[in-house]
Amino acid sequence: MRDALLIFHRLSRLAGVSQMTGILDTIAQGVLLGGLYALFAAGLSLVFGIMRLVNLAHGDLIVLAAFLILMLVTALGLSPFVAVLVAAPAMFAAGWLLQYHVLNRTLGDDILPPLLVTFGLSIVIQNALLEGFSADSRRIPAGGTLETASLALGPISVGVMPLLTFVSAVAVIVLLNRLFYATALGRAFRATSDDPVTAGLMGIEPRRVFATATGIAMVVVTIAALYLGTRANFDPTIGPARLIYAFEAVIIGGLGSLWGTLAGGIIIGVAQTLGAAVNPEWQILAGHVAFLVVLVFKPRGLFPRAHD
Amino acid sequence: MPILALDNVSKKFGALAVADRISFEVPQGQALGIIGPNGAGKSTLFNLVTGNLAVDAGSIAFAGQDVTRLRAMRRCAMGIGRTFQIPQPFGKLTVFENLLVAAAFGANEQEADATERCAAILEETGLARQANRVAGSLSLLERKRLELARALATDPKLLLLDEIAGGLTEGECGQLVETIRAIHARGVTVIWIEHVLHALTPVVDRLLVLHFGRVIGIGDPREMMESEAVREIYLGIEI
Repeated sequence: MRDALLIFHRLSRLAGVSQMTGILDTIAQGVLLGGLYALFAAGLSLVFGIMRLVNLAHGDLIVLAAFLILMLVTALGLSPFVAVLVAAPAMFAAGWLLQYHVLNRTLGDDILPPLLVTFGLSIVIQNALLEGFSADSRRIPAGGTLETASLALGPISVGVMPLLTFVSAVAVIVLLNRLFYATALGRAFRATSDDPVTAGLMGIEPRRVFATATGIAMVVVTIAALYLGTRANFDPTIGPARLIYAFEAVIIGGLGSLWGTLAGGIIIGVAQTLGAAVNPEWQILAGHVAFLVVLVFKPRGLFPRAHD
Repeated sequence: MPILALDNVSKKFGALAVADRISFEVPQGQALGIIGPNGAGKSTLFNLVTGNLAVDAGSIAFAGQDVTRLRAMRRCAMGIGRTFQIPQPFGKLTVFENLLVAAAFGANEQEADATERCAAILEETGLARQANRVAGSLSLLERKRLELARALATDPKLLLLDEIAGGLTEGECGQLVETIRAIHARGVTVIWIEHVLHALTPVVDRLLVLHFGRVIGIGDPREMMESEAVREIYLGIEI
């Protein structure tokens, strides 16, 4: 920390204090944005890590959850933070049923069936949301001054909502890691991921384990939806773009690595805010370029799990 | 009442009959050895008993209950445990976690009870010092021991051992046989497929001979080894 401050002090003298503060502020905003992308990616990483299933409807499920929270907030007058507690069990049940009755049938040696089915599901969700909510942009009201509140951290200030998003992402990843490595369910996830046939002979029912994993992923999706919906406008068609950010974060981090997913999200977030600082039109492009650069030098991601 | 009863169990892979009207019973507490040449259908028979494969015809009863249509996980929960000819540990889990999974789901045990029992099983199978190693890094003997330990963690009433002595040195084989003998002495029914006959015959009470998916004999191990049919199957092979 002292070294960092020293470097900051020296660079400040070289570049001018206000310019350095601007760069630090941009990086801090990028790190916090990375928390949102990590939340997008954590559910995707969880499902891929356990059953090697690439869910192309992941982004649309985030948007679906955002509309569900919006409905609960507007119809029942709930705070979005309370609404998410109502929406999460509903999304868990939807994910469980989707996996148990539909996606389990697509799993096997061929990777094409799950891709086709989840691609179809993505189209169904988008069109259903367009029918139900129109193409208008929406936003979940966070209520009070929370949306605009900020905290001063040394020379920079950060928004409370972005900070909450980042803290939530870290908490989700800590909890998922704890679930994976310190509970019987987590061991069942890992054993089934390793060898579903042998897991069955040890009394585990792989179909239920997979369904539970997708249910948990949908809870993470609901948390991601809360912050997506309160921090920015959304409409029924933005799912695929969120899916791309999630994919990029997962791949940068290393497939199946949850902490890697956070690192991936932060890299994309920082690249996007730095790109936007140079030219607002470069924001999205900078994120994709960072992804490609990482892929060139680390094709298996920054924190690859053991070879599968 | 026999703990396991097969009645005219048949299974075909295409035109090839890998189990052809197999019928036999195993009384509780007995140790049954199964021998036969490669391709006789021995491992397939285990797959049919554990539910890995569905039978085409016939029925399988375990502890008096028809389990023919039950899934593998249900049969495991009822008390059928098995090892594999080629060890199949959960390679990314530690040795201890492999056992905990089997105890939690196969024996439906709570974490605290499972921990204590799994530690005892590791001690019994000689894996206590390997408890925290990742299973994928174990040697062949250790993997075979882990197969046995994990099957025991499911708290089986019937233990199916598939060529567990294969590929081991004489000394390693002797240690493993002693462990199996001790498990059987506790009252666990054992069915053991083995090519290493000098390891098998001192432990088992009866011997079943399979050939091309058919039972060609079942009875006292010494009598079976000396029977004409067995000598014919193993023609030219010193048994």
